[in-house]
Amino acid sequence: MRRVSLALGACALALLAACTSAPGDRRAVVSVSLPSAPLDDASRLRWLDRVSWGVNASSEAQLAQRGLPLWMRDQLNPRPAPLPPAAQAQVDAMAISRTSLDQLVTELDAQRKAADALPDEDQKKAARQAYQQRLNELVREAQQRFVLRALYSPNQLQEQMTWFWMNHFNVNLRKDNIRAMVGDYEENAIRPHALGRFRDLLGATLHHPAMLRYLDNAQNAANRINENYARELMELHTLGVGGGYSQTDVQELARVLTGVGVSYQPLDAAPPNVRPALRDDYVRRGLFEFNPNRHDYGPKTLLGQPIESRGLAEAGEALDRLARAPATARFISRKLAVYFVSDDPPQALVERMAAAFTRSDGDIAVTLKAMFEAPEFAASLGRKFRDPVHYVIAGVRLAYGDRVVSNVNPMIGWINRMGEQLYGHETPDGYPLNEAAWASAGQMNTRFEIARAIGANGAVLFRADDKAPLEKPAFPPLADSHAVRTMQAGLSADTREALAQANNPQEWNTFLLASPELMRR
Amino acid sequence: MQRRELLKLMAAVPLAGAAGQLMAAPGAEGAKLLVVFLRGAYDCCNLLVPTASDFYYASRPNIAIARPGMPGGALPLDGNWGLHPALAQSVMPMFQQKQAAFIAFAGTDDLTRSHFETQDSIELGQALDKRRDYRSGFLNRLAGVLGAGPVAGVSPIAFTEQLPLSLRGGARAANMALAGNARAGIDARQSQVIAAMYRNTPLAGPVAEGFELRDEVARAVQAEMDAASRNAMTAKGFELVARRMALLMRERFDLGFVDVGGWDTHVGQGGAIGYLANRFEELGRGVAGFAQEMGDDAWRQTVVVVISEFGRTFRENGNRGTDHGHGTVYWVLGGGLSAQAGGRIVGEQQDVAQATLFQNRDYPVLNEYRAVFGGLFRRMYGLSPAQLARVFDGVTPKDLQLV
Repeated sequence: MRRVSLALGACALALLAACTSAPGDRRAVVSVSLPSAPLDDASRLRWLDRVSWGVNASSEAQLAQRGLPLWMRDQLNPRPAPLPPAAQAQVDAMAISRTSLDQLVTELDAQRKAADALPDEDQKKAARQAYQQRLNELVREAQQRFVLRALYSPNQLQEQMTWFWMNHFNVNLRKDNIRAMVGDYEENAIRPHALGRFRDLLGATLHHPAMLRYLDNAQNAANRINENYARELMELHTLGVGGGYSQTDVQELARVLTGVGVSYQPLDAAPPNVRPALRDDYVRRGLFEFNPNRHDYGPKTLLGQPIESRGLAEAGEALDRLARAPATARFISRKLAVYFVSDDPPQALVERMAAAFTRSDGDIAVTLKAMFEAPEFAASLGRKFRDPVHYVIAGVRLAYGDRVVSNVNPMIGWINRMGEQLYGHETPDGYPLNEAAWASAGQMNTRFEIARAIGANGAVLFRADDKAPLEKPAFPPLADSHAVRTMQAGLSADTREALAQANNPQEWNTFLLASPELMRR
Repeated sequence: MQRRELLKLMAAVPLAGAAGQLMAAPGAEGAKLLVVFLRGAYDCCNLLVPTASDFYYASRPNIAIARPGMPGGALPLDGNWGLHPALAQSVMPMFQQKQAAFIAFAGTDDLTRSHFETQDSIELGQALDKRRDYRSGFLNRLAGVLGAGPVAGVSPIAFTEQLPLSLRGGARAANMALAGNARAGIDARQSQVIAAMYRNTPLAGPVAEGFELRDEVARAVQAEMDAASRNAMTAKGFELVARRMALLMRERFDLGFVDVGGWDTHVGQGGAIGYLANRFEELGRGVAGFAQEMGDDAWRQTVVVVISEFGRTFRENGNRGTDHGHGTVYWVLGGGLSAQAGGRIVGEQQDVAQATLFQNRDYPVLNEYRAVFGGLFRRMYGLSPAQLARVFDGVTPKDLQLV
């Protein structure tokens, strides 16, 4: 098992490297034109708060040392980089790191079937519970891995974009066995393409069993059409509502996607019985399967143009068309600008980003470069409201810097309490990205409780289990941090007055983390 | 306290005969509305069972609810309909006391059969052929209209983690999830210090309101625990949430929203017992607990409407479950339902037979939700046509004489 995982790891690295340096797909390094004069301390913090998951000491040092243009270039062109050893060791120990997706899923499927087949009701119940628990453990691992990377990866922008695209191409852990698949979905469909080409990303999500299960395309077959995925593909993933497609296009795309599904058969199982003329069309890659028996081979028209290809290639042709549509360039650019700049981003900025998207054939890094270089971006720093995931991760990064958390479960709990559970959004639209969704009365109240949890009792992150005694002191040395000292000059008079009323360091931390300034990035 | 006195006063005023007419008075200041959204499209055919339909029993060989009088059979409501037996202790007594009604064949004209599409469109309550405005939910528009007219200082609240679409919009609306038992770690002095940090920011309102709500929830829950004669707080799950909602709505809030998930039963939904039966039992305990906790005075002023995005397929599928359908059944509960509605199945109806299925698949929608809510709002609050038009643009209200 160990050997297999090493080989897989090497493949993943090779794939990642191929994105930037393979001769067939030579992609120039994206550099950024930004002022090269050294940033003052306060501006540095503002850039970090927006481009990374939040200020911490090592990111601050990197930015100071490289200067803004080079640091941004590093971020836009990430190179594979390990986490700090204490974090990497946690990731390496996970089942999702040691076992391939198809092995995991076929094993679990066998376990489920064996449980269902038990004659004794009590035994059946216990076996089903064991199956559910294993699924729960796998999704918990994926959540833990995500949090560790957001906290400590040097490729902070890539990690932010990974969250963004996971949310854009949302799948939900409560459906079927998606708990077993979501870690691989993030790792192999999303993260490698998070700053790459949109078309590659779109293709990777279409080929992943998590998406095919979540949006029911695994059930979509000729004469038994399931439109779910086809609709979301246009409405949520590419063109956007009002992007110029019709109900007929939804139906036609659903027909294009017939036969695109998932197989739990062993990898070396014989292919299904397909009539000779279509036999070459059969595709099996891991759990992904294109089954000609389920595909509608009739002629199709999508967005006013006929689909010329045949079999699975029809889906590729459709994705090309969707990815290159001007509506997609605008829709994706606007959503990126909402995530990074403002709930209601300036139209001129969106247009410039969309132009960059189109010019580069959907290169995400190039689109982001256009955004980062825009004066609107610099002007927006410090104003975007943090959603719960941003709030928790930025809080812990600020509080504990490079000291590696040994138990991220409390962080996962805080994120859940604020209603933004990782992989937990039920519907394919993903979590909202605007302030109104996260700044309601109940949200703010919960947020202050989280501020206290970090500020007064953050040591819960550094014990082996939930019962172990807390280290003393049990709170982070926030006031001593360089970033916090730098930040203090920019705090409002009301915030400074509140800090002055703190009775002890725990309270001081709590007030700082609860302050209006720390709600924004 | 003041509101309580007012309620007593209003209850004492003899208004146009039947008690059910109380809320029909224009400008009904004490009227309260709670909308319960069952997310996932619950199987209405096993809730309100068409016991007179042979076609029902032929279509559901494994999951049908037996006829009244049979083991595990439906509870008889009238000659055509029965109620799922899991509601025997909760909703059935309310129905017999004319405090419950069901609107069969209810729902939306949205035909996507997509959960989130339809949930969104219902919560927004806008015309389907126009561009959606996600910043304007129908309960928020109602709050806006009421605040400007019949109910001065209307207080809307969602008992959810996030503000739901239905309550987003121009009118201020609070939210507070009640499920957890997390103790407040931020004490009163710290709360004041934090609120002061926000006093000059746009978030001053939500922050102050959040602390205020937290304290009210704590007080209400404490008061319940102190009242030794009742053991309400041993309730679990939705019943606990529902009883807490009542504590808050009785005194403080006029317009509430809560959602309950877990209704998407494609596989193994069960019949008289099983998965769906357990969900019904819990929901029934919740709404009955809500009514009890409101107390007679407030309950007479309250209407609870239970809705869902759509119904499910009439026939059971190959996995002993049901798939996405169309028309559904709404529940209407309240201490002051009218004589025409309480203890009845209301709204336009038709026979349950293969010939009357919509697209040979599911229930048709004969009672469109905006028209139904529009009719209800008019009676509850005495809204003018212009006010109703601000809530549901271009809709002719349908008066089911619910209150």
